[in-house]
Amino acid sequence: MKSTIEKIDLTGLTLAPAQVWGSVRLVPLIRDNAPGDLRIAPRKYSEDQMIVSLERGLVDKGLKYSSYVPHGLIMNWNTDGRPVATFKTQIAKQEGKCFEFEGCSMRVTQRMIKREAKNRLRLLPMHVAMEGFLQLHFGGPDIAWSEYSREALALGLSPRIEESLRGQWVPGLETALRVFEIHENQVGMLVFVSDELASAFVVSHPDDYRELHRTLLEDFYGETLFYYGLYGSAPEWIEEIDGEKVNSLSDLSQAVASMRGKFSQLQSQMADKLFGRELDIKNLYNFSRFSIHHFCTNLDPASENHIGEVILRDDGTVEYMKTYRLSAAQTRRAYLLSQLAANQWNITQAAASLNQTYNELILRIKNAGFGYLLKDHVIKDAIKKAR
Amino acid sequence: MTTRKSYDRVTREDLVLFINACFVCTGQKEFYGDSIGQNVSIAFLHEYVLGNYRSLYAHALASGINHFNQSLIIVNLLATGKQATSEQRTEEGKLIATALRKLPPQRALATLQRLVKRRVNNRRTRATIRDYLSSRKDPNFDAIKYRKRVREVVRHSHLKITDERGTLFFTKLNKVKQFQVPLFESFRQAHYAQEAIYRLPFTVAEGFAKKHKIPRDRFLKKIEPKMTMQEKLRLQSSAAKSGKSVPEIDLAQVSITRLCLYLLSLKHSEREEKRAKFMEAIEGSVTRTLNSSSKNLGRVATVLDRSYSSSGSSEKQRRPLALAWACGRLLQSMAAEYQAFWTLPVEDELMLSAKGQTDLATAMLAALKWKPDLVVIVSDGYENDPPGALSELLRVYWEKLDPKQETTVIHVNPVFNAENYIPHTVSPLVNTVGIRDAEDLVTMLEFARFAEGSTPLSELEDYLSARVRSFLKSTQRS
Repeated sequence: MKSTIEKIDLTGLTLAPAQVWGSVRLVPLIRDNAPGDLRIAPRKYSEDQMIVSLERGLVDKGLKYSSYVPHGLIMNWNTDGRPVATFKTQIAKQEGKCFEFEGCSMRVTQRMIKREAKNRLRLLPMHVAMEGFLQLHFGGPDIAWSEYSREALALGLSPRIEESLRGQWVPGLETALRVFEIHENQVGMLVFVSDELASAFVVSHPDDYRELHRTLLEDFYGETLFYYGLYGSAPEWIEEIDGEKVNSLSDLSQAVASMRGKFSQLQSQMADKLFGRELDIKNLYNFSRFSIHHFCTNLDPASENHIGEVILRDDGTVEYMKTYRLSAAQTRRAYLLSQLAANQWNITQAAASLNQTYNELILRIKNAGFGYLLKDHVIKDAIKKAR
Repeated sequence: MTTRKSYDRVTREDLVLFINACFVCTGQKEFYGDSIGQNVSIAFLHEYVLGNYRSLYAHALASGINHFNQSLIIVNLLATGKQATSEQRTEEGKLIATALRKLPPQRALATLQRLVKRRVNNRRTRATIRDYLSSRKDPNFDAIKYRKRVREVVRHSHLKITDERGTLFFTKLNKVKQFQVPLFESFRQAHYAQEAIYRLPFTVAEGFAKKHKIPRDRFLKKIEPKMTMQEKLRLQSSAAKSGKSVPEIDLAQVSITRLCLYLLSLKHSEREEKRAKFMEAIEGSVTRTLNSSSKNLGRVATVLDRSYSSSGSSEKQRRPLALAWACGRLLQSMAAEYQAFWTLPVEDELMLSAKGQTDLATAMLAALKWKPDLVVIVSDGYENDPPGALSELLRVYWEKLDPKQETTVIHVNPVFNAENYIPHTVSPLVNTVGIRDAEDLVTMLEFARFAEGSTPLSELEDYLSARVRSFLKSTQRS
């Protein structure tokens, strides 16, 4: 896996005027002349929980990812660039193994991105990005500093846990998606909650988007967005037409067209914390002319941060994309880990670089939910000294 | 003097708001709002207007508002008789009696039932019930078809019934040997004999058919002569779906709104199959609607909304779209020259469906290019591609290109917005009027000038009084 710093932009996609409902602003992304050689279809999973085996066999020991996964995405493509039929029109066999355990149904499957046939791929949306995020510095301390517990030195950060909310719980999102009027040739959407970018979603073909529109509700969102959603309404913007320049009806239609352009510009400015920003991109998989990556912004706690997954065509066009807005606490946790890793997990050195005392950093690690990495007495001493 | 003026202005605004809401709101779920919100909102409006402008509130009964709101007004007036002066009461009495008589019987009786539920039982209410029931042409038929409703209302108002209806309502049927009235006797027999049910009205017979386990197909075939037009229309698609025989109806006799709703409910293949028949039916229905109030409007363009939101709600399926279509067809017949501009271009109106976003600006630009005298927008008013474009466009158009305002624009909205107590408007420069049935379009176009806000209150009062006079004159159900 090679990691590079790059930018992603929405070349080839037009931003149409947003539709606002309560605190949710939905910005449609339009792609004219989609080639149709990469098609994406949903696959529903009805189990309460899914365990994804990231290493080795299906039920062997090894690294596992566990989450509630309501749907996966099936990619189909044609190598010669001709349009291809979506997966739903083809026949499939069952994926992984299903179990029933104490009234809880469970599916065990293999890998986030799994090749199912010569030109078919199964991908767990959003979870690809989330897995990448959870795996940040997952190995834990590589030098056995005396503060770290035995488990931390042996197993690293495992188990690494993050929490997020279902789309249904973001106030107003369900209605906003219901009343949203899908454009012709729409292939994606930027979701803003109280004018904060919550998620970007892009697929390759307009028909697939129609099919997947409702799945935005099943995705997960950062907990911050729940609170933002409670804030009420995002303002409607009204652009004015300059009457001075209008002398005929064709001037007027020109003015309306430029009004559309202004909306597009304003909205893309709102999303500049993701697009046009330098991202830490990791290539995960290549197929045909396409490549799958996950990415992460620079984790600056002062700014908003996103993680995401993307499929790029060889010319750099975004063919699929899904992003997740990290909540402030999640950013802080990731930032803390990256700072520790940058200082070879030496707590004294890390504390100095963060302008903190040794004690403060110990407490900060504990408060961030990583107490399990440290020995018990180290934490107790720190608490005692803080009193 | 200024207080008088501002009082007039407030009154006029309140009243226009109220009547507008009464034309469109039915308390049902809409695309953008639930039924609870709709009901709370309209109930508040009624209470507010009743409390402040009682006689104008009563006059609204005659303004052509929809049945749901007529019913609410009748109930509210009868429930609060104490607050009325004696002259008001006389006038209200006449209006209520006429309105009830004009309502379809099931709705009139439902109104009276609402009084029962609210436990309103004053002398005026009892007299209203008595007069309404005695005004019915065939009380025996009502007693069978609306048996439970009539019975409840009669019992509530302690009405003395001397004929056989009393036995029908208040005696156990197994205690009765025989009824003298043939219909009642059929009703009694239908409890035991299959053949008797075909002499009963369709809705009553339907229950007995289930009781006797008669196959639906055979039942529908034999009951057909007893079915009303609406019942036949309602059965068209469900009967066709289950592969059973479809009762024949003359679609041209169906009102244009219902016809459009029915056609939109059909699959595209079915619409294609009977294209000629349907087109003819639309023509027929339009001519029949316009017979009484045909009008020449000159050069008319319509901007019709077929965006996804015009698919309505589960309670009002495709109603906004059907209204856009129906209004378009009516205006076509009323205009010397006509051109329709849909938000998403339509090649064949019969194949209409609700999709896409609400881009009113592009359609409006095309309409203005055609240089019409009147532009009628039929849309729910939630413009989103881009928002506010239509308003800006019209402002600049009138400022720069048409300073004499030779082009009039009216917005007809089939959706009530519960939050603002008014149908959503597309622009402050355009008069917005609510509409429930396309047949009210003529009335609404007349009413639109009040929505603008420049006409004085006295003119609105005169308008309403004139409507009241003609309303009271035509006591027959239209």
